[in-house]
Amino acid sequence: MTFSAEKTNMIEFRDVHKYYGDYHALRGINATIKAGEFFSLLGPSGCGKTTLLRTIAGFEDISSGAVLIDGKDMANVPANIRPTNMVFQSYAIFPHLTVEENVGFGLRKDPRSKDEKARAVAEALEMVGLKGYGKRAAHALSGGQRQRVALARALILKPKVLLLDEPLSALDKKMREQMQVELIKLQRQVGITFILVTHDQEEALVMSDRIAVMFEGQIAQLADPETLYRRPASKKVADFIGTMNFLPAQVISDSGATVEIDAAGFGRMSLSPDQVMRGDSEGGPTIGLRPETLTILFDGQTASDREVFGTVEEVVYYGDMTYYDVSLPGAPEPMRLSMRNVPGRPVLDRGAQARLGWSPGAVVLFR
Amino acid sequence: MKNPSLKLYAVAYLIFLYAPIALLPLFAFNDSKVIAFPLAGFTTNWFAEMWADQQLFKAFGNSLLIAVCASVLATTLGIFAARASTRYKFPGKAGILGLIMLPMVLPEMIVSMALLVVLIAIGVPLSIFTIILGHVLICTPFAVAILTSAFQSLDRSLEEAAYDLGETPASTFRLIILPLVMPGIISSLLICFTISLDEFIIAYFLGGNQTVLSVYIFGQFRFPAKVPAVMALGFVLVCISICLLTIAEYFRRRGIAKTGGKDTGGFL
Amino acid sequence: MNRGSSSGRFRNTEAANGLMMVSPTAIYAVLLLAAPLIAVVLYSLMVDSKVGLSAGLTFDNYIKVWTGRIDQALMLRSLTVSAMVTLVTVALAYPVAYFVSFHVRPERKSMWIFLITIPFWTSYLIRVFLWKVILGYNGVINSGLMNLGIIDEPLTVINYSLGSMIMTLAHAYAAFAILPIFVSLEKIDRSFLEAGQDLGESKLMTFFRVTLPLSMPGVIAAVLIVFIPTIGDYVTPELIGGGKLPMIANRIEAIMLKQNDKALGSAIAMTAMLIVAAVAVVFLLLNRRFLKGQSK
Repeated sequence: MTFSAEKTNMIEFRDVHKYYGDYHALRGINATIKAGEFFSLLGPSGCGKTTLLRTIAGFEDISSGAVLIDGKDMANVPANIRPTNMVFQSYAIFPHLTVEENVGFGLRKDPRSKDEKARAVAEALEMVGLKGYGKRAAHALSGGQRQRVALARALILKPKVLLLDEPLSALDKKMREQMQVELIKLQRQVGITFILVTHDQEEALVMSDRIAVMFEGQIAQLADPETLYRRPASKKVADFIGTMNFLPAQVISDSGATVEIDAAGFGRMSLSPDQVMRGDSEGGPTIGLRPETLTILFDGQTASDREVFGTVEEVVYYGDMTYYDVSLPGAPEPMRLSMRNVPGRPVLDRGAQARLGWSPGAVVLFR
Repeated sequence: MKNPSLKLYAVAYLIFLYAPIALLPLFAFNDSKVIAFPLAGFTTNWFAEMWADQQLFKAFGNSLLIAVCASVLATTLGIFAARASTRYKFPGKAGILGLIMLPMVLPEMIVSMALLVVLIAIGVPLSIFTIILGHVLICTPFAVAILTSAFQSLDRSLEEAAYDLGETPASTFRLIILPLVMPGIISSLLICFTISLDEFIIAYFLGGNQTVLSVYIFGQFRFPAKVPAVMALGFVLVCISICLLTIAEYFRRRGIAKTGGKDTGGFL
Repeated sequence: MNRGSSSGRFRNTEAANGLMMVSPTAIYAVLLLAAPLIAVVLYSLMVDSKVGLSAGLTFDNYIKVWTGRIDQALMLRSLTVSAMVTLVTVALAYPVAYFVSFHVRPERKSMWIFLITIPFWTSYLIRVFLWKVILGYNGVINSGLMNLGIIDEPLTVINYSLGSMIMTLAHAYAAFAILPIFVSLEKIDRSFLEAGQDLGESKLMTFFRVTLPLSMPGVIAAVLIVFIPTIGDYVTPELIGGGKLPMIANRIEAIMLKQNDKALGSAIAMTAMLIVAAVAVVFLLLNRRFLKGQSK
């Protein structure tokens, strides 16, 4: 998932600030979103992600800075003429209109003929899988169907950017997973820049080309899903995106090219510069390890890299996976690790001795 | 969970509520000048007498004019206040809305006397116009109450969606907000109309020598001979009220159904 | 680019839009309600003589009203009547509201509420007059009873009495009492009641320990909504009381219009408003206590 340089910038935030009275909702946002990208704004509630999305749509004035869409400053461009369309969290389907009238709502001032507009509406409905639903009353639709109407209504205007404000949060788990896949397909089909706001890290990882993780009105990290997961920029990001084990470490030498450390429980190791996240020194140097980078080695298996011994403190069986908490001598807290339950692999009991395989390459150092 | 005695009580209570009104048709068609049992036979004379009364028509005409003006003005003022209270935050909001709603909890006598004192002091002659002024004042709180619930059930993102799809604030109001609150507007108009038509104290004290329906009825009570005709008139008025209320209720329910909401009952 | 002005700008636009939107209604209320009420306050502090209103401010009118025998008696009667009306109305209305909220199927609730509110929207004057017809000397009850041979002479206790006034007003404000109680009962989470019974309480105990306290805000709203208009009622004392049992509103009319003493009339009106306000404050404080008790 890399982006070639010739892709143009669709959205550009230049030091965007937003105050609500004394409340500082956006604290200097700088970012660019490329044309054709599926981009996510991810963060806990109240982090400013929805506010940032609404500054693109034009529903929120910014207090300072600039928002550019396709190279043009949007400072004095009202929402109704911006080249963006939005899918609202509540879907905002007009309850007094039919599905057709909803989808065709934005075409009112379109110079095309009635027949052409009707064809466009039919195409849009077909695209979102609602062929034949045009005459239905909008308020009689299910949640998933409303979602599709909202999508069709926004996409029919062929916006440069489609904004999605937590569009899947009101759906149940099965429906949500289905819609995730459909949204990805739809985005590839229409090629429009999608910007998704979500608080669900899994949803963001599954769907996005790139993700901006936001905390307290600032972007904490902007990266592709893999980088975000494997090389989180701070402990806070690491903790928000999945689970990570943290252990205190001592820096022995830091030459810039390699960093030598001594981590509690794991001993000495040397890390390459891309594994070292600088700027998060709170609580002293800390290493982070994802649960799946630790492997329990059973009889006869040998570690591809290194091994440590520990005691199983807790076992949580999930069906496809088993989670273990394993305490290591010298480490202040037990390590959480996950093992896939494949045929023939036993599930260890509490108190059992475990041999863990790990690799310094999977370690991140926050300092 | 059935409780027969409670249901019996509720039904008895309904009978108590309706009993006096049930007497209206009984005596409106009763062939006797005295309102007393036993009934003396069927007649439509009282309706004929009512129909022949020029004064009554004059009063009814005045009442209609006042009720139409007051309900339109109060509903218009109600739209502004309800929209402001559901959509905006502004300084002094609670105080301003409190003042607007105050006539709902103020004895009408005090409202009408206060208005009367000022109108006399600044030399405004008492007329139909002054009755309208007073009626707008007392109808507005009801309009605001009805319209606030209509505006409240409006999801703000509907407006934003219309705006986002290229409409201006004005066309958004026309295409989205107005159709969705229209049932509220209609029921507000009907309720204000009914209140104004029924109102007595303000019409009595602020009307000068202009007589409206309620004042006319009040005057007739002094003459026992006129009472059967008033019964006939009352019967007609009750029928009109019930029709208007049924229409209002129909629009209220249709409004709820249209937006897919849940009926929580009642006007107030 | 500085944050003070930009945040100020945001607030201004929102506040300005809101104020603009509310201004037609607010200006109307200020001109036709606030200004006249202030005028009444000023009048009440002046002295009205043949030559016109005095310029100086004095409490003479209030002293006259509060110490005058007639006015005291009238205030007391008005208070008694509306207190009784409120008590009767709310006590009679509560079981009905309870029945509709708890024992009527949800889809039929609005039908019941509609039925209850219809009589309220029919002509108030005619409803009051009908009670005169029912309760009067030659009224429906007397003529009916005499006809049946149960009594020989018309009963006099039922006409022109405080009792008939209370009856009439209680009937007139019935719907006003039921609605707020119904709304507060509707808001009660039904699982509370199940929880109460689950913890081994009887239905009656559950009602007194859970339902009744939780519906108290509705009861208090009902009390206020009935008390306030009844204490200022003009029509019922005129028609039912036959003018022999005047209340505050009739007194205001008599002083202001018949005796043409605007200052004294204003003082009576202000006194009535003070009584209403005092009662309202007491009940609102009670309401706050109940709400506080609930949040614990």
